[in-house]
Amino acid sequence: MFETLRGEELKNQERRKERLDRGIKARTEGLYAIQSWREVLYLIAPRASLIVGLLILPLVLPGLYWQRVLALAGVYALLAVSFDFLAERVGLVCIGGAFMIGVGGYISGALNYYLKLPIFLTIPIGTFGGALLCTLLWLPCLPLRGIYFAVVTFMFPFLTTSIILAGNLFEGTEGLSPIVGFPNIWIGIYLIIFILLLSIFGLRRLCGEDIGVVFSGIKDNDQAVLASAINITRIKVYALYIGSMIGCFSGAFVAHFSGFVGVSLFAVDFSIMPIAACIMGGPGTLAGPALGALILSPLSELLRGFGQLRVVLYCLVLIGFILFKPEGLLNWISRKYHQTEHWVKV
Amino acid sequence: MEVIIYGIVNGMTFVLMAIGFSFVYGISRLPNFAHGALYVVTGFITWSFINNAGLPYLLSIIFSLIIVTLAGTAIYQFVMIRVRGMPISEIIVSFAIALAILEGLRLQGIGGFKGFIGPGYVLPRFMDGVLETSGVTIDFQRLFIIGFGLILLFLMWLFTHYSKIGLSLRAMAQNERAALMLGINSDFMANIALGIGSALAGLAAIVIMPLGNVNCESGYSVLTTAIAVCVIGGLGSWMGTILAGLILGIATTIMSAIGGTMWNNVLIFGLIILILIVRPSGLFGKQKELEERV
Amino acid sequence: MEEQKKKIIQVRNLSKSFGGVKALNNVSFDLFEGEVLGIIGPNGSGKTTLVNTITGFVKPDSGNVFFKDIRITGFPPYKIADLGITRTFQVVRPFLSLKSFKNLIVPLWSPRARRFASSRGGDRDAVAIDLLEEVGFERDAYVPYKSASSLPLGYLKRLELARCLALRPEVIICDEVFSGLSMSEIASMVPLVERLRMRGVTLIMIEHRLRELFTVADRVVVLNFGEKLAEGEPQQVMMDEKVRRAYLGEEIKI
Repeated sequence: MFETLRGEELKNQERRKERLDRGIKARTEGLYAIQSWREVLYLIAPRASLIVGLLILPLVLPGLYWQRVLALAGVYALLAVSFDFLAERVGLVCIGGAFMIGVGGYISGALNYYLKLPIFLTIPIGTFGGALLCTLLWLPCLPLRGIYFAVVTFMFPFLTTSIILAGNLFEGTEGLSPIVGFPNIWIGIYLIIFILLLSIFGLRRLCGEDIGVVFSGIKDNDQAVLASAINITRIKVYALYIGSMIGCFSGAFVAHFSGFVGVSLFAVDFSIMPIAACIMGGPGTLAGPALGALILSPLSELLRGFGQLRVVLYCLVLIGFILFKPEGLLNWISRKYHQTEHWVKV
Repeated sequence: MEVIIYGIVNGMTFVLMAIGFSFVYGISRLPNFAHGALYVVTGFITWSFINNAGLPYLLSIIFSLIIVTLAGTAIYQFVMIRVRGMPISEIIVSFAIALAILEGLRLQGIGGFKGFIGPGYVLPRFMDGVLETSGVTIDFQRLFIIGFGLILLFLMWLFTHYSKIGLSLRAMAQNERAALMLGINSDFMANIALGIGSALAGLAAIVIMPLGNVNCESGYSVLTTAIAVCVIGGLGSWMGTILAGLILGIATTIMSAIGGTMWNNVLIFGLIILILIVRPSGLFGKQKELEERV
Repeated sequence: MEEQKKKIIQVRNLSKSFGGVKALNNVSFDLFEGEVLGIIGPNGSGKTTLVNTITGFVKPDSGNVFFKDIRITGFPPYKIADLGITRTFQVVRPFLSLKSFKNLIVPLWSPRARRFASSRGGDRDAVAIDLLEEVGFERDAYVPYKSASSLPLGYLKRLELARCLALRPEVIICDEVFSGLSMSEIASMVPLVERLRMRGVTLIMIEHRLRELFTVADRVVVLNFGEKLAEGEPQQVMMDEKVRRAYLGEEIKI
């Protein structure tokens, strides 16, 4: 009934894009009827390739420098996942990535520097304690709506930096150093990859549960959630704690991986880059932002030689994506994977 | 006494920096995070006209103001218009533009373009000389700032209350839908608003920059100051912006006198956060109760 | 046999101003258990403000609200809902990004719903679909699986009621459930209201459509400019001079 014509031939006629599911799976409203191993493979392939790819990557990278780049990319990826979770799944736009890194980093670093606690203690304490601190400090900001919450969280890193510098706390501008590192660089790299995978799949699972529906409800329409007898501040606290855990872990990781703790941990880059990665990679998918970070971060390393051009390019890329492809990379890829498109005569 | 007078002067500079941002947000609900960048750009363009093209001061100012206004309109027309309505995207996009501009100005070696780095860029003052009153020395440039600021505010007030375009802009700010129904073109108005906002940023730059030098870092601090003033005073409220600017100016001057400039930032950021938490619409803001918090 | 009806909600001297406008001025009335109370009045008379104040979305300037002798004035909305007083919204507020039955997962997840959960409470999806069927979503046509954004208004209004029902409420305050519906949709809503009452739920109904309201309401309260004009049985109240003048403007000879 439909003639499938090439797009150019239809230029002057009415045409529309028709999207068909590839015939491999039967899909009803999100439920899959799996009928063969081929289908299982089809479903697993993307996820498996992600996992395997990440696990193999450190082994194939040429040299120490690139392994460090990967580790840093992992940090940004974690921040991007955290931002995506909070902003797209719960509606809390938290641009305070730098604050989470700083808190996590300073807590672990200080514990190691002043109290000489070993790394396997400082990282967990930094993660959970840091998340606690972040959540408590951001608690009064929770009732705020969208843009106000975003601006407030954005300001926190600056405030903390000013306080640390002005009061010369934690050795002020010099920072704390040296901080004990990982006994073996492989442990560090695989730790962060593992946590990254854990976060992505864990959060996806979480959002699939009923509490995930409540999160979406809060993002959609918080008055209705209030009317449904749910204390949204408490739910936001849960979400914020989870997001902060991820962020503070990254901070603790950075502290130990680089062996140094200073106000550079509160750099604006940590707040902005995750947003760029998130938008580029596909907001809402949790894996997309991680992907975006894994692309953007090494890219910015490559461009380091060009100096400030790097930042300019970042921004142009970001603007381009927001304007022209707001759905992001991962959504685009998954659409291509699940569906084929033809130009079809109307 | 000296502190108070300098406080007022500083306050006035803050107010001038913030007017552009406050105007654009108050009219079209667009947080124009490229405000700081436009401020800096004006300075550099003016400098280039004076030093590279040899134009007289006044002409350079006029040209660069025109350029900056057009730039602001272009930003809206090509970029912001597509993200209108999604506040986070608006912030991100305008901030990205700001970053691109500010860092771009620092570029070196692309096509022979030597970046604008270093403290060497100075705009001449309008008038030299100082005034001595009650034991305090104020230079004329600073007095000019106060006077200019007051006149500008008065002109803006006249504009928005008595001119057709100004009234349309206010209508849009108060109730966009009703304004649309009356035939006021929202996009066109937003264009104008952004153009005016950019011009205001440019004017602020022209008047304030002769006090120091023109550099890229001030782009960020101007933006922060503008946000601080607007948040504390209340987005969309003239009176609030003025008062907040003055308060901030006096407070920072006192802070510098007491503790040193380090604590300045603590004060500014602390105040921003405090106000956002306690009274998000600022001291004089007009946002409705249900809109700002749950 | 005369049953002594219990007062389930008591509103005492509620006042609220927004800026210079006095939306509520010293309003007091009682709600008896098991009845259907109508609240009527011209536009702008403060009906929605009254609901917002009772359910905690707005804090009153003065006055009190009592629920079964507990003072609930100033409680946050979720706490009041948790006690059993639920409400619908005049402008419907479904979760547009979710499917219809997923909309109900949210109230079913609340502490109150979990307290009342039966042995089947573990599977909230099933409970949600059952609830939707009760309010009239045809299960066979897969209506519950449709995205909430694709539902017409009639269904959305019923979804609002379902949201209240998910909380096993004692009181439902319906803010203009009949407005915006076609005659046939209203005709199917009225039996639903009857069914609710038979379940033992106490209802407050804010309405403009007096004819339909009077078929279900036991008593009505009339508001005008934030003040209570009258309270009593529908026929009685409509005879009242003040009410007529407020609604109709002049005396009409019947």
